[in-house]
Amino acid sequence: MNGIILLIPIALGLGLAGLFAFHWAVRAGQFDDPDGSAIRILLEEEPIERDRPAG
Amino acid sequence: MSALLSHAEFVLPGIRCAGCIAKIEDGLSHLPGVVSARVNFTAKRVAVDHDGSLDDAVLRRAIGELGFTAELLVEPGEQDRAQVKESRELLKALAVAGFAAMNVMLLSVSIWSGAEGPTRQLFHWLSALIAMPTVAYSGQPFFKSAWAALRRGRTNMDVPISIGVLLATLLSLFETIVGGAHAYFDGAVSLLFFLLAGRYLDSAMRDRARDSAASLMRQTAPGGTVVYPDGSSAWVRAADLAPGMRMIVATGERFGADGRIEKGETRIDASLVTGESEPIAAAVGDRVIAGTLNLSAPVEITVTAAGPDTAIAGMARLMEAAGQGKSRYVRIADRAARLYAPAVHCLAALSFAGWMIAGAGWHQSLLIAVAVLIITCPCALGLAVPVAQVVAAGAMMRRGILVKDGSALERLAEADSVRFDKTGTLTLGRPELVGDMPLAPEERPLALALARASRHPLSAALARRLEAEGVTAADLGRIVEYPGKGVEARHGGKIVRLGSPVWIGCAAPGDGMACAFAIEGDDAGLLRFSDRIRPDAASSVRRLEAQGLECAILSGDRRAAVAPVAAELGMTAAVGLSPTEKVDAIHRQAAIGRRVLMVGDGLNDGPALAAGHVSMAPASASDVGQTAADLVFLGDSLVPVPIALSAARRTMRIVRQNFVLAIGYNLLAVPLAVAGLVTPLVAAIAMSTSSIIVIANALRLRKIAA
Repeated sequence: MNGIILLIPIALGLGLAGLFAFHWAVRAGQFDDPDGSAIRILLEEEPIERDRPAG
Repeated sequence: MSALLSHAEFVLPGIRCAGCIAKIEDGLSHLPGVVSARVNFTAKRVAVDHDGSLDDAVLRRAIGELGFTAELLVEPGEQDRAQVKESRELLKALAVAGFAAMNVMLLSVSIWSGAEGPTRQLFHWLSALIAMPTVAYSGQPFFKSAWAALRRGRTNMDVPISIGVLLATLLSLFETIVGGAHAYFDGAVSLLFFLLAGRYLDSAMRDRARDSAASLMRQTAPGGTVVYPDGSSAWVRAADLAPGMRMIVATGERFGADGRIEKGETRIDASLVTGESEPIAAAVGDRVIAGTLNLSAPVEITVTAAGPDTAIAGMARLMEAAGQGKSRYVRIADRAARLYAPAVHCLAALSFAGWMIAGAGWHQSLLIAVAVLIITCPCALGLAVPVAQVVAAGAMMRRGILVKDGSALERLAEADSVRFDKTGTLTLGRPELVGDMPLAPEERPLALALARASRHPLSAALARRLEAEGVTAADLGRIVEYPGKGVEARHGGKIVRLGSPVWIGCAAPGDGMACAFAIEGDDAGLLRFSDRIRPDAASSVRRLEAQGLECAILSGDRRAAVAPVAAELGMTAAVGLSPTEKVDAIHRQAAIGRRVLMVGDGLNDGPALAAGHVSMAPASASDVGQTAADLVFLGDSLVPVPIALSAARRTMRIVRQNFVLAIGYNLLAVPLAVAGLVTPLVAAIAMSTSSIIVIANALRLRKIAA
């Protein structure tokens, strides 16, 4: 019984952490362009932020 | 930098690889004024944030210079955004239900394994704690839909689902409070999980097809350059154009509004509106229609109608009226639910009454009634249709057929006659060179260079043919275009010309489209063009007839133009029909109980596409055609039509098999439930097994025969 009282919150906590991570990923748009994400990894480098003319 | 950022989105039909992404994003972010550019590869779009110094036309040209064709995406519609939101909400609800199902199931397994006393009580309370917020959150799509149906006095699939889930949860909560042995929390949440999976698949399929269709769409008229009385000019979006404005329309641009030509003369490609591929000459005083393409020279027009008053918008209203029958279509799952739901609820009520009479006490009787509801809750039924349709739509997409709507497959499977438009549907809708190439090998590089310089459809056709033969264009220096006549350049001291036969000075053929090519001093070569019938159109029509469909042509074209096509394909044809007459022809068929598959492409087919029981359009169709059609097929061949038909019929066969499997499973389990032998363990096993069987059966649709 003592073990369970410790283990169940841990299990639920881990599950909830995964759930929140997934929600964050959906909200952050990580599922908006799955094909593009698969391809972008092949790019030499992500186009980096460049200096822009001020003004 | 100004704080006012503008956002623009462009459709990029041509991006294929990682290099394209890098090239566009890199190229655009080098453009002064662009703050950020991000390509969405899945939707084939690029979103650009820029400051006020740039406008849409400049950005479009910049993307053009990078080597990609880009079309401005009009503001995403309310419906569009709502659908994207719906998919996201479903995904979140699915994640929550998945989390809850796993945890509750873990707890339930320990109970089934023999946990007793305070441990069971603790686990029941934990399950309740997880399950109740989950049902409240993840159950919403079902509750909302069920409530909407009930309020209108109907039932659908979601009514028995909602009642089953809610009753199971409430009863389990009661059991937990009084310390009973059986709680069905695991049943309720895993039911939600399975059903949400089906719902999400359905929604994801619609999203994907909509994105693909949008990326193929050509914008009819995103806007135009307006000249103000003070002489200044600016690019104005179509929505902001108003009657009385003066507009300059450049060569190769589409008219953004209906109007009258004030200055200049040109040829107009009105194939989008009329379906005729031959260009029409237009001079001062002639009317032009929004969406048509200005081919040969810049003209100035006065806007007579803009926005909702244009001929195109009128056609859209006609389509809306014609499409109302389709929105009343009841999908097979809901038709099944109309019989299924009352039967199940009666059965549950009867078991309750029966056990009460038998003296089991109201508590025990209620438990058994709820077990009946859970066992019969249409979990497999809810998966039977979407899984089959998603698997079939995926297989069809790989063969170049986009299914825009889940109910499209159901309606396509029921079609028993088919009506074709001619131009652009049975034919390719673009001129092709007839016969052998009449030009000498040394003339071909010159002809290609001239052909590339003009936007006339005949020169485009000639350039395509020459490029296909591997000809490299000659370097011709300055090329001059004479509107309505042709193009001219100098080569080796001689004038070379490509243009209308009359201008070049050779006899024009009596009928059909032709142009001529000549080098000064030599004989002119006459090039004849015609709109070619799609390859294997005849065999596709034969296949459709073999599948039991009655085929005919509905064309807006002249009898002389339709007759040869009808004769070659062996179909009867109705000619010279206006868009309204096409709709009437389809309504007449519907009135005698026929279900018409309409295949068409042009704006003039839009209302007929909407009126048909189901409709298909080639990817080369106008965007009106693509929007109105339920399925869109890629490529030059017409074979996708019979393939789609047999795939749809096969899908519905599998769907019906799935219904039989799911209901058969229920028939086995229901007697056990009524007898009071179903524990939560039996319910969980029955539910998952029937779902897995249904999914496995649907996966057989992954391969579609050619």
